[in-house]
Amino acid sequence: MWKFIIRRIIIMFPQLVLLSVIVFILAQMMPGDALTGMALDPDMDPAQLEAMREDLGLNDPWYIQYFSWLGGVLQGDFGQSVAHALPVSDLIWVRLVNTFWLSLMSLFFVYILALPLGLISGRWNDTIADRIITGYTYIGFAAPLFIFALIMLFVFGFQLGWFPTGGSVEANTGGGLAYFWSKVYHLILPSLSLALIGTVTTVQYLRSEVIETKQKEFILTARAKGVPEQKVYTGHVFRNSLLPIAAVFGYEIAALISGSVFVERIFSYPGMGQLFLESIQIRDFSVVTALVLLFGVAAIIGALLSDIILSIVDPRIRIK
Amino acid sequence: MKYQLESKEVMSMTENALLSATNVKTSFRIGDDYYAAVDGVTLTVNNNEVVAIVGESGSGKSALAFSILGLHDRFKTNLEGEIYLNGTDLTSVSTGKLNQIRGKDIGMIFQDPLTALNPLKTIGDQIVETLNLHTKLTAKEKYERSIHLLKEVGIPRAENVHQQFPHELSGGMRQRVVIAIAIACDPALLIADEPTTALDATIQSQILDLLNELKEEKDAGIILITHDLGVVAEMADRVAVMYAGQIVELADVFSLFRNPLHPYTRSLLSSVPSVKDEKEMLHVIEGVVPSLPKMPRQGCRFKDRIPWMEDNVHEEHPELREVENGHYVRCTCYKHFYFPEEEEELAHVDTNY
Ligand SMILES: Nc1ncnc2c1ncn2[C@@H]1O[C@H](COP(=O)(O)OP(=O)(O)O)[C@@H](O)[C@H]1O
Ligand SMILES: [Mg+2]
Repeated sequence: MWKFIIRRIIIMFPQLVLLSVIVFILAQMMPGDALTGMALDPDMDPAQLEAMREDLGLNDPWYIQYFSWLGGVLQGDFGQSVAHALPVSDLIWVRLVNTFWLSLMSLFFVYILALPLGLISGRWNDTIADRIITGYTYIGFAAPLFIFALIMLFVFGFQLGWFPTGGSVEANTGGGLAYFWSKVYHLILPSLSLALIGTVTTVQYLRSEVIETKQKEFILTARAKGVPEQKVYTGHVFRNSLLPIAAVFGYEIAALISGSVFVERIFSYPGMGQLFLESIQIRDFSVVTALVLLFGVAAIIGALLSDIILSIVDPRIRIK
Repeated sequence: MKYQLESKEVMSMTENALLSATNVKTSFRIGDDYYAAVDGVTLTVNNNEVVAIVGESGSGKSALAFSILGLHDRFKTNLEGEIYLNGTDLTSVSTGKLNQIRGKDIGMIFQDPLTALNPLKTIGDQIVETLNLHTKLTAKEKYERSIHLLKEVGIPRAENVHQQFPHELSGGMRQRVVIAIAIACDPALLIADEPTTALDATIQSQILDLLNELKEEKDAGIILITHDLGVVAEMADRVAVMYAGQIVELADVFSLFRNPLHPYTRSLLSSVPSVKDEKEMLHVIEGVVPSLPKMPRQGCRFKDRIPWMEDNVHEEHPELREVENGHYVRCTCYKHFYFPEEEEELAHVDTNY
């Protein structure tokens, strides 16, 4: 297993390099450069400006620029935000933490929903319960996330007033437990909206896995041994069906983060997604670039996580 | 751990047979209709006896085996007839009781050892699972028993294999594990559904030897399903030849090979690869077993595959009749049957002498 994991981590490096090159090219193509980010005197002498460019290495060949950019990124230096006149890293950090919690909470809801629904509808396929569940997954597929999130916000936030309609925490809650609960309270509606839509793929996947697994021959072997029906499922079908689900777990994270772009916007939740949309609107390109890079890294790490989990749960991979 | 009678039911018609199946009819739902894949099979199996069931693919052999264990999907299958195992009718017992019988009184060996084991459980766990269900042994005893079983089926380094996963073993080894699971509780009846079809020739004979030993040692009855007459000759005491869901001929193994009667049996026997040339198949009767919806349900079911025979040689309602002591055959067409190229063939043999 360790061999596999180490090999898998090594594979990750070229992926990261490729990502960084793409993002770097993207950054070069965007208007403005490092100087644009500093609030400089517009009447500055062009010669002086040129000297500053030279100083900052902006006239160097692209590969030297790439490595100095990469060096900065590795130390958490993403440059300056034009709009906020702040280092991009300062701007992103708080948002990153917020999005992390949102994704975690969504992930929790996704699986809390998907496991029972998928297992029930797979085990009792073509019964009424299964029809209802599959019906829900079709709706989930068809409904655009941002419209669904808007409806959730309208009904549970504004009409019923059960949940806050924006922000990530109540303004003056002090610290400790009250602060924690306020955070959770603000998270519930956005993460639930995200999860209710995001879970349907997992439900359908799990359902078809269960249906496929229960027709496998080793299930017949189990029945022929005299294993009672309930145990056939808990002991044989479910574990084997959960395997591929575990394998997509990491990808699920990446999907949730991209989904959070819309949800954060709708719930005015100060996360990376919201920052991303804002920054595009106000053409704060250094922030956009940094966020694209982070989203990319999240996707790559998600995939890594998937493979590691799979190698832990599946003995066939563990051995190799 | 000898098998003991648990049911006090009178063994009325079952006499002393271990298994006695009467008029078993297994129908599958296809669309809105039910079609019988096993159509009125009556068969007995005694202790220390191997009954082989032969027939081409699709003739209903597995469907019959699955019916005995009640393994068919209840919602898509209709099962009629009686199947008595030591006095208990398997078709009418409760699910709970059936689960007690499966694995304990009846062991099943499936065709493909590559898919018959749970890929996520160790070999040991899969054997112990059966012991958990049917015995009250302690954990240590179960471990020892499973090691003993692995050794019994000829697996070297049993302690190692105990902890391995199925994918780490070869096909032959896995089939041995499947057999170890099947015999874990010393079942009175062993059903082996094409146990060697998926294996290569050397492994095949090893597995057959193993089954033979088990029969001798445990006094078990064995139903051996196969389409390989070589296997039948080697293993069987009695043979049931199945075609299109029915037994067309039933006899002890010597009578069947010495004096095959039904045209289907004769064609199966003559399509054994010739000794001289392994590729050459003699007398293969063309066609395949018809699919369930297309299966003829009136008259002789084999009629369409021997079209050169006149219609009037067949019975209108063919039945399995005893024509010699213990030798049963269905339909009267056997009395008149000849292979179309028979004369030619004889001439050929002549020149060889
Ligand atoms: N579960 C099922 N549903 C519908 N038809 C089936 C099912 N199982 C088997 N059959 C059909 O029943 C016939 C007999 O199948 P089977 O018993 O598997 O034959 P054999 O084992 O002799 O090759 C075949 O025509 C097969 O297609
Ligand atoms: Mg079969």
